[in-house]
Amino acid sequence: MPYIPHNKEEIEEMLVACGASDLDDLIKQTGVPQANINLNIPPSKSEFEVLEHLKRLGSLNSNNLTYFLGGGYYDHIIPAVVNSVISRSEFYTAYTPYQPEASQGTLQALFEYQSAICRITGMDVSNASLYDGGTALFEAMTMSVRISSRKEVIISKTVSPIFREMIRCYSSNLELSIIEINETEDTKSDINKIIENISENTASVIVQYPNFFGTIEDFSELCEAAKRKGAIPICSVYPICLALLKTPGEMGFDIVTGEGQSLGLPLSFGGPYLGFMAVKEKYMRKMPGRIVGLTKDSKGRDCFTLTLQTREQHIRRENAMSNICSNETLCAIAAIAYLSVLGKEGFVKTAELCHSKAVFLSNLLSEIEGVSITNKDNFFNEFTLKLPCDASEVVSKMIDKGYAAGFPLGRYYPQRKDELLIAVTEKRKREQLKSYVAALEACIWT
Amino acid sequence: MDMIFNIGKSGRKGVTIPAHDIPSVLNIQEKLLRKKKPELPECSELQVIRHFTLLSRKNIGVDSTFYPLGSCTMKYNPKMNEVVAAMPEFSELHPLLPQLRHGGALTQGALAVIYETERLLSEILGFAQFTMQPLAGAHGELTGVMMIAAYHADKNDKKRKIMLIPDSAHGTNPASAAMAGFITKTIKSSNDGGIDINELKTNLNENLAGLMITCPNTLGLFDPKIKEACQLVHDAGGIVYGDGANLNALVGIIKPAELGIDVMHVNLHKTFSTPHGSGGPGSGPVGVVEKLVPYLPISRVVKRDDGTYALEYNYPKSIGYIAPFYGNFAVILRAYAYLLSIGKEGLRRISAFSILNANYIRQKLKAFYHLPYDKTCMHECVFSAEKFLERGIHAVDIAKALIDKGYHPPTICFPLIVKEAIMIEPTETEDKETLDKFINAMIDIWKTINENPDKIKECPLTTPVSRVDETSAARKPITSI
Repeated sequence: MPYIPHNKEEIEEMLVACGASDLDDLIKQTGVPQANINLNIPPSKSEFEVLEHLKRLGSLNSNNLTYFLGGGYYDHIIPAVVNSVISRSEFYTAYTPYQPEASQGTLQALFEYQSAICRITGMDVSNASLYDGGTALFEAMTMSVRISSRKEVIISKTVSPIFREMIRCYSSNLELSIIEINETEDTKSDINKIIENISENTASVIVQYPNFFGTIEDFSELCEAAKRKGAIPICSVYPICLALLKTPGEMGFDIVTGEGQSLGLPLSFGGPYLGFMAVKEKYMRKMPGRIVGLTKDSKGRDCFTLTLQTREQHIRRENAMSNICSNETLCAIAAIAYLSVLGKEGFVKTAELCHSKAVFLSNLLSEIEGVSITNKDNFFNEFTLKLPCDASEVVSKMIDKGYAAGFPLGRYYPQRKDELLIAVTEKRKREQLKSYVAALEACIWT
Repeated sequence: MDMIFNIGKSGRKGVTIPAHDIPSVLNIQEKLLRKKKPELPECSELQVIRHFTLLSRKNIGVDSTFYPLGSCTMKYNPKMNEVVAAMPEFSELHPLLPQLRHGGALTQGALAVIYETERLLSEILGFAQFTMQPLAGAHGELTGVMMIAAYHADKNDKKRKIMLIPDSAHGTNPASAAMAGFITKTIKSSNDGGIDINELKTNLNENLAGLMITCPNTLGLFDPKIKEACQLVHDAGGIVYGDGANLNALVGIIKPAELGIDVMHVNLHKTFSTPHGSGGPGSGPVGVVEKLVPYLPISRVVKRDDGTYALEYNYPKSIGYIAPFYGNFAVILRAYAYLLSIGKEGLRRISAFSILNANYIRQKLKAFYHLPYDKTCMHECVFSAEKFLERGIHAVDIAKALIDKGYHPPTICFPLIVKEAIMIEPTETEDKETLDKFINAMIDIWKTINENPDKIKECPLTTPVSRVDETSAARKPITSI
């Protein structure tokens, strides 16, 4: 029997200590009406057999595609160090660090993670992680409602449609009014329209950077306009671009969230990922999620502990800032290991490679007849390509040639059926970029 | 203290990044550029590894020591599961692939894992269907109560806003119910620690949305009144939510759906052996009875007649998208591997041996520690340190003393209905020698409490730091450098 160590004599001895004649008798004493049920479950497999079975299932996936598919989730290099760190069983088999004396390792790693998030985003205080980028953005939105006591939220349609659908779902019982503002034709946030809509009822204004189409924009003016009317500017951000781009902190955002998958986590078919959140200091006590703080032990030595726990559900119950209990600690540890081993230079170089390669690819693609870049000269590593035909058909043909060619925008933006969202990471080589262009041209024109 | 930010040297590099094989360009408007590079560490690869290895040694996990943390089910995390989760055939798979045209064909293996795990859980718990999407236990709770809200709204029963929650419940229950727009009402436990049927009856009216219960309850006891309570709630038009935190006591013994529970989350990181990761990632799939199936989140994985798997979205009554994709897939994968290895015979043994281990500890320690509810328990037992208060000793002091004995402490000060609670959950994967040593350590601590309580107040002495000042940390928080 896997994972249960008891031998016959021990079972006997323990049953005697418990005053039961056998295991069924013991279970009966607990008051459970049944002691055994007949389950339609396959018999136990050995470790070898389980691995064989899963290898077979794994082989049913398409594993040789070259990715130009992003949409907020990217195929980046993961240095070996990352897995080495999170494979330390002292990290991955531990529980939440509620006993700080026995958990200084997790606590310090999270404190360093929080520090790195603040340094990247230009914000003051980071929490110790949330589930993913979408739930983090929703938590930011409800935080703005709590702070402002207002019930209206403005969200640009340039924000990930995946996140917007999640926000719509979570808000259905909360009596909030969510105003979505269409993007401009050239894939920018319609800042003028957003500003026009801000009123004394607006709790927050939500945008994304770079936006879902890959477009980069300066939101400084928007942040100022929102704050003038007492609304909280919120930004969801792709962390890799912040190696090069102006930080949301500098632009004036009060709350910044994002999907941290790019910071050393595999794509893993949708998770686990990492939601991050950082805020300006004045909102620290309104932030959901765990926060690690520096303090002293009884001998006056520096140490770490979970702090501001009165915000959490253990104490506040129905009045808690959020219901979150488990978060994504191990993913946050992966992120700080990733950022540490890339380091200051490596992080910037990774971003430069992503950007340069995306520009290189976009220039080559521009030469294809009938094709144009919708957000030309205005993107980081993902851009929108307008095709002379249906994008999802082209993507389908490209799969046969071995490419996950991008994300057809028609799925979420019906008027953009002929547009394709293309992502480039540092993993793509010059030759791959060139052959991608040739393959795409062939798919469009033959 | 050495932080990762101050152990390196300017210009030092870690891992090598590929060289440019195309012209390096910066085609971004000047006003959108960052003026200074972010101040990240500048360490060698060895420095990074040594730093985090040293940090890990200031931690303890299930692999290091007995970890009887009540309500958390800190069972052994099989290493096979980690091998499976790291298989590139799964780990490199982009979640948007199956959403491309004909994309389902690209991810048949991954969709099969989700579908088959759903079916296994449905069979084990007796539900019609499961969603694997919730990303943690509390996220599953939120999903479940949102489905209750959708059910009442669909029946045009909009008055049903009251969610009843026992005072013994996990704090996440009321927090989740509030997030789904419910007004929570606490109901007191009866003298036996179970549901007070009379108090429940006074709350059965046209405003009742449902009842959230934990089975076995947070005292580790099976409440024989649970069926009656579920029936009463159903008769009054309410829905029963089951908190699956304690499922480790039930698998293979009874199907929660047969008790009358309508919707329930399970924690893959508890019952189904996936690691806790120092506080996540978890996974909190939710099972439902037939009448709640229309409200399950989308997308759903379906199996077609030809044996292939596909994503379906067309469920107009669904609560919508609660996760970006299909759940914490790599966690689901681990749980699937575990379920295959446990098999039909193993499921009942999980609960039987977790019950045996918990009762063994209960019997051996009850002469020393007060047991407020002295009944045969299920997978965990709850003692009280209240009687030591006169000697100046709290539950937290016993916890710290256990750290010095080499153990992770039990859960303390929960459930709230027991003063100075000490909640011990050994799990089925611990052997008798380990339990005996732990019992002896607890008895040793009991002796010290009686002979020299001040010594206990100094614990822990063996850890990298002594007792931590949590109060001043909260007064003027320093949360980054």
